[in-house]
Amino acid sequence: MFRTIRERFRQKHRTVGFPDAAPVMPERYRGLPRLEMDECVPGCNSCAKSCPTGAISCEGGISLDLGKCLFCTACERACKTGAIRMSGDYRISATKRDDLVLRPGKPVPDVVAMTRELRGLFGRSLKLRQVSAGGCNACEADLNVLSTIVFDLGRFGIQFVASPRHADGIVITGPVTANMKLALEKTWAAVPSPKIAIAVGACAISGGLFATGSGCNGGAGGIIPVDLFVPGCPPHPYSILDALLKFKSC
Amino acid sequence: MSFVFSRRRLETLAPDEFRSALVARVDAGGRLVAFFGLPSGDGSRLHAVVADDARGSVQVSVAEVRGLFPSITPVCPQAQLFERELHETGSINIAGHPWLKPVRRPLAYNDFFKVEGHEIHEVGVGPVHAGIIEPGHFRFQCHGEKVLHLEIALGYQHRGIEAMLCGASPARAACIAELVAGDTSAAHTVAVCEALEALSGEAVKGDAAICRAIALELERLANHTGDLGALANDIGFLPVASFCGRLRGDFLNMTALVCGNRFGRGWIVPGGTAFGIDAALAEELRDRLQKHARDVRGAAELLFATPSVQSRFEGIGKITQEDCRALGATGVAARATGIARDARLDFPSPGYAGSGLRASVSQYGDVHARAVVRWREIQQSFGFLERALGVLQPGGQDADRMNLAPDSIAVSFVEGWRGPVCHVVLTDSKGRIEHCKIVDPSFYNWMALAIAMRGQQISDFPLCNKSFNLSYSGFDL
Repeated sequence: MFRTIRERFRQKHRTVGFPDAAPVMPERYRGLPRLEMDECVPGCNSCAKSCPTGAISCEGGISLDLGKCLFCTACERACKTGAIRMSGDYRISATKRDDLVLRPGKPVPDVVAMTRELRGLFGRSLKLRQVSAGGCNACEADLNVLSTIVFDLGRFGIQFVASPRHADGIVITGPVTANMKLALEKTWAAVPSPKIAIAVGACAISGGLFATGSGCNGGAGGIIPVDLFVPGCPPHPYSILDALLKFKSC
Repeated sequence: MSFVFSRRRLETLAPDEFRSALVARVDAGGRLVAFFGLPSGDGSRLHAVVADDARGSVQVSVAEVRGLFPSITPVCPQAQLFERELHETGSINIAGHPWLKPVRRPLAYNDFFKVEGHEIHEVGVGPVHAGIIEPGHFRFQCHGEKVLHLEIALGYQHRGIEAMLCGASPARAACIAELVAGDTSAAHTVAVCEALEALSGEAVKGDAAICRAIALELERLANHTGDLGALANDIGFLPVASFCGRLRGDFLNMTALVCGNRFGRGWIVPGGTAFGIDAALAEELRDRLQKHARDVRGAAELLFATPSVQSRFEGIGKITQEDCRALGATGVAARATGIARDARLDFPSPGYAGSGLRASVSQYGDVHARAVVRWREIQQSFGFLERALGVLQPGGQDADRMNLAPDSIAVSFVEGWRGPVCHVVLTDSKGRIEHCKIVDPSFYNWMALAIAMRGQQISDFPLCNKSFNLSYSGFDL
């Protein structure tokens, strides 16, 4: 016991000060892309051609769908004029799917807090059930990390629970494979109403790299109504935490 | 390390010859690392890849099969899952296999082996589990608490990765490989890149090769540390669970310092690496490594010095070396039974040249042995990284200009944190990717977990499962 206590002191207090203290992101972290129309050469299309998921369209001005983006920087490297640049901004989530489509001059995606009625029910205690539906387990890993002492999700009144019957909503990862569709539908049906659905990662939002895969359903949106979208491949834990806290409004 | 063979020069064997050659090689200590078929007329062209770990060599055999193919499984159990896969994908009709049940297709409720008798009961778990974890279905046949038989049904994560790789450009192939299994992003990406580079005739050397080894070791550290914490969590030893949960993220953050992504996405590209390490970053990484090494040591020593932990780990979920060899079990699970095999040593990539690494082994094949192997590997990875971290330039050849040799087969091995990851890439007459076979160590080891659970208490399943910590998506592809 003495040994355990001694080691506990040696390992120190490690919980981050978020949201009061701004997180320090790695210098090379790739967050919200910035589009500069002035720099863009019309008809160039090299960014759109380079994108592995077809997230970029150059028709009628450049647009980038964060819901499809893998943040791989292929476009940044392909663009000769610097019209697309990855920023260090981890606040990339949205409550409306359309808001994830970036255009020059358009406001960046934003998370609108849940309705007053839902806040009354979930504002101080939000229990979530996670369903991995073809996720590669990177999104799952960065959801898991929220429950470690570093992020300590419990202090915000949010907890991942073992059964959909105990949950107020579900968090979906993965492109929803053919073999997981039924399980996702059953899990969703087992959550008592009112309930919320959160799609985490490019796969769950749009199918990501697997959008055209034969065994996948192109994300969760076509199967259940999604209330919150957290883009990324996978999203940084701060992106997920930021989205959850803004949505819950606490 | 990777190997290239010309498809034209490979002799096409008659099915009987193919069968006996395969069985003889495995009997002589070989490991069946891939066994797959390509459509050919009204039959199939079977390819079997056998690795001789002790000699560091690989042999590929090919046979044209029409009609029925007599199963190899009864004399070579390593082939059981490959043959089920061949049967499921419709490549060939296999006769005499003990049970050609689906590999990745959903099973019906009654498709499972059933034990009957007084007080026998059945427990079904999944596909949706209690934690944040990938889906799979576990069907236990129990007598009271005791598990008589466990059957593991997977396939829920099947995304069709191998099919997507057909016709993909080298850059896209690497992009897809990153998503085979999130926790093994680096190993799968290095494996596909090494195969592609072997086909292009330009192996990666120097800084890029060392950078890749660093990515692999950081991945190993993150996952092994996380696993020690998860094992502690499953027996309710919360201090170590908390320490290791945090430390796992610290290693992921080190990877993010180099490439901006905690899982190493975008770091490794065909032909080289996209991110290097400058002097300031090397110093920061060394500094963090030293601090984290101290904390992991503190956590691990507390874990292994606590008698109540020992008593929960020892003798649980045991698998014998004999069973491991028969099933072809690899990686941590095999090393925990004394099989001293490690692809970093048996098939070393240039980044590991003169690494001084040894295969970390233990002997009892139980939860404790698997934990010990992880801890020994963690310590070796620290040593390796201390020596390898320095100023390393990014770059290499341009993936878009990579020309792959036509009509060839490349086989690559990379020691991921679970065990050896094997990628086989076949090119067509124009040098395009015609077929890919990906074999994650989980492919063999799920069966080892099922065997390890026999005679155990069902309440120990989470602990046993965590001690193997296998990949669902890496299996389902």
